[in-house]
Amino acid sequence: MTQRLSREELPRLYAAIAQVADLFLPVKRAGKTNFALWNTQTEVDLDTLKTAKSPKDLFFPQCEPLYTCDWREGNLTVTAQALAERDFVVFGVRGCDLRGLDVLDRVFLSDPVDSFYAARREHGTVIAFACREPEESCFCRTFGVDCAEPGGDVTVWLTDGTLYWRANTPKGQALTDRLDLLGKTDDADEQRLAAEQTAAREIIDRLPYANLFLDGWNGDATEARFASPLWEKLYRPCLACGACTFACPTCQCYDIRDYDTGNGVQRFRCWDSCMYSDFTMMAHGNNRTSQMQRFRQRFMHKLVYFPANNDGMYSCVGCGRCVEQCPSGLNIVKVIKAFEKEAKK
Amino acid sequence: MSGCNCSGRDVLIPQVGVITDIRTETPDVKSFRVCAPGGGKLFEHMPGQCAMLCVPGVSEGMFSITSSPTVQDYQEFSIKRCGMLTDHLHSLSVGDQITVRGPYGNHFPVESELRGKDLLFVAGGIGLAPLRSVIGYVSDHRADYGTVDILYGSRSKEDLVKYDEITGVWSKADGVNVHLTIDRAEDGWDGHVGFVPAYLKELGFSSDKTALLCGPPIMIRFSLETLMEMGFSKKQVYTTLELRMKCGVGKCGRCNIGSKYVCKDGPVFRCDEIDALPDEY
Amino acid sequence: MQELIERAKALLADGTVSRVLGWRATDTPFGPEPAFFESGEELNEFVYNCFCGANLSKYLIESSALEGKTLAFLKPCDTYSFNQLCKEHRIDRGKTYIIGVGCKGKITVERLHELGIKGILDVEDAGDTLTVKTLYGEKSCPYSDAMLERCHACKGKEHRVADEVIGESADTTDTDRFAKVTELEQMTSKERYAFFQAELSKCIRCNACRNVCPVCNCRKCVFDGNAFDSVQKANATEFEEKMFHIIRAFHVAGRCTDCGECSRVCPQGIPLHLLNRKLIKDMDAFYGEYQAGEDTSTVSPLTAYTEHDIEPEAGKGGNE
Repeated sequence: MTQRLSREELPRLYAAIAQVADLFLPVKRAGKTNFALWNTQTEVDLDTLKTAKSPKDLFFPQCEPLYTCDWREGNLTVTAQALAERDFVVFGVRGCDLRGLDVLDRVFLSDPVDSFYAARREHGTVIAFACREPEESCFCRTFGVDCAEPGGDVTVWLTDGTLYWRANTPKGQALTDRLDLLGKTDDADEQRLAAEQTAAREIIDRLPYANLFLDGWNGDATEARFASPLWEKLYRPCLACGACTFACPTCQCYDIRDYDTGNGVQRFRCWDSCMYSDFTMMAHGNNRTSQMQRFRQRFMHKLVYFPANNDGMYSCVGCGRCVEQCPSGLNIVKVIKAFEKEAKK
Repeated sequence: MSGCNCSGRDVLIPQVGVITDIRTETPDVKSFRVCAPGGGKLFEHMPGQCAMLCVPGVSEGMFSITSSPTVQDYQEFSIKRCGMLTDHLHSLSVGDQITVRGPYGNHFPVESELRGKDLLFVAGGIGLAPLRSVIGYVSDHRADYGTVDILYGSRSKEDLVKYDEITGVWSKADGVNVHLTIDRAEDGWDGHVGFVPAYLKELGFSSDKTALLCGPPIMIRFSLETLMEMGFSKKQVYTTLELRMKCGVGKCGRCNIGSKYVCKDGPVFRCDEIDALPDEY
Repeated sequence: MQELIERAKALLADGTVSRVLGWRATDTPFGPEPAFFESGEELNEFVYNCFCGANLSKYLIESSALEGKTLAFLKPCDTYSFNQLCKEHRIDRGKTYIIGVGCKGKITVERLHELGIKGILDVEDAGDTLTVKTLYGEKSCPYSDAMLERCHACKGKEHRVADEVIGESADTTDTDRFAKVTELEQMTSKERYAFFQAELSKCIRCNACRNVCPVCNCRKCVFDGNAFDSVQKANATEFEEKMFHIIRAFHVAGRCTDCGECSRVCPQGIPLHLLNRKLIKDMDAFYGEYQAGEDTSTVSPLTAYTEHDIEPEAGKGGNE
């Protein structure tokens, strides 16, 4: 059942949700919009299509403690970090980023389950936000995402004056039941909503990267793609920074390190990047010594290795953040297009 | 197995292990016995599996479990000094505590493909570590396997790991033949001199054996070539791979070769499986 | 642009150079990428337009190790970085052939986004204005509104080094380069702290600023490794992020040409150049005006000692 709320009442909606759980949503700070905890002072920004960082760090934080090791009277004790216990709501997750969570689920919820991630997934309710005005860097349709019907525990659509709200899961319904400011919709609302969706999908049709050529990218393509001479040409401008991996909603590589706490250490995990030169460095060598190899690894992982291990699912969701953020103008679209050109020669 | 979360703690959270014995095997290899603080093994494992050892504040790394699963009260790790973590491990004493998590990875198919087979172990240097667990297991289940040949080589006599066990126990066991070699002749050594692949050729084993191969990459490469010349197929040869690891459970993303994670899908691979992987190891 | 391509082809053909460093057109109309070209045929993909903001100097470090000369196209401001790298012996001038290219300021699609122009399909450079074709109709804006920050504080239209120059340049300065620094200096320390806190807390430690910076060219960076807790990837505490950027700013002090690449590439839009400019402004005040990379011989005030050097205490103070 779809419900509605006047756009002016959004602050009341945020306050009502915040009564129930911690609310995270796109907030503009120092000129950039990222997901952050809501309070009455925050500058909520629903106009920016894509947050600079994806919302993945609400479930897989850039840095999180795992456990502490303490020396007490000569004995070592290991104390695991407590798992997330507070319920939270993430409002405003785009369809692509929601798919990104599906990809992360494949990694962290597969055997053996990552309990830190699992606890956050369990306590988090995701309110997906349909796109109204997709942008040039978007290519979610290539990966089968419908940005006008993104799913999630709850889906919301925002038109000029109205927010439409629909619970999709028991978790979403439970949240909805605790909010009393949502109103009923009528036929006119349904028609307006359908028209909005049609309009958004029509824009998607006209996006330059809406339908990228994925032929030849699949779990069986390792041999054919790995040895391609194209990688040598493609990687050259790469600066070996981690901007693409940290912006990406599906990149999940991590490092485990520690901080000295005085009488022991705190072991924490933090995002890592396959683009970094020390990523695979061992005491006796490194199996990926060139930036070409590291660059190739990233795209092979997204388009070949991940599908090989996950029933054909790609670990790219077409959010286009790499298109916007790579300092050297590199991105997965270029890689896909280069191989397309080669295939159609 | 590794998915067991019955202890209620995440697989990334280690246990405390106590070092109960340290033996100097060679100038740069020491063997460490590790137990739970209250005594006994930290976990059960299978031959070929690994565990993450960590000196808090220094580093954490993946090591082969050298002891056989049939050993009841400890796990043993033979560790070569070659970096920051291993330097530190070598400075530890009996009674010191470290953290341990595991076991990780697959294992040699001691209960399936290897059963009933004549086995040929080919090891170089510290490469004996993962194989020693299998040799111990096979020795304790002698009736389940055919003949056992152990070809082991190192740079010099003093670099042979577990020399006493090899000459004292294994050589004397029923149906077990030990062939030792060192790279260069030295005083007090009347055994074979030469590289492992050459000695392998010289010995000329029958190609109906199953070979387990472990050692430095160059030794593996030439030994494998020799085995092929001797008529072995790659399906009859097992080896182990080693890459940088952080999580041990196929999630941190760094030890992959193509779509396979060495920590989870390895470290044991049959050589025909390795052929199917991209050349990045 | 055709003139640049023809000249590059000729220099490749007559063996003067072995490769060409420039920009390659890609499928994104506003996303040319830095590229090496090794044949006339490859040069057909060469492009030079208003989106070619990337400073190519740093790529010449790697090509200095290659056989033969590299032809590089440098904009006036890029030549400062080039000189600085020659001075530091990171680039072998003898293995380069520099063509100075005309520049009238570079723009970025990010600025257009900030102006509220979305769904950009194509951008037409009509001199003083940009006509932007978008999914939501045609938009336009003054060229200078879409310019990179650094172009508003242009170093002028002169190439500081070049074997030849092709094309006209313009000085696009329209603001005081130190205006924002002065504004920050006039804040109370609390306000200033809040400003940097808000900006630097966005840092994701991707290292793009470091990796793009021409003078951040240590073979092994102190932040890559286990030597101390503030390793490259952790943004665990507020302190971490500031420490990374402040250490970096100090490390490039006296060598930073103020090329602005750090701010251009930051995916979180942090105005990192302000840290560098503050140091430049102070050095100018303490030791007299100095522009790193203006030539390859002048010694940086931080590496030259003179009897009249300012005493350390003089630098202390500020508001509160």
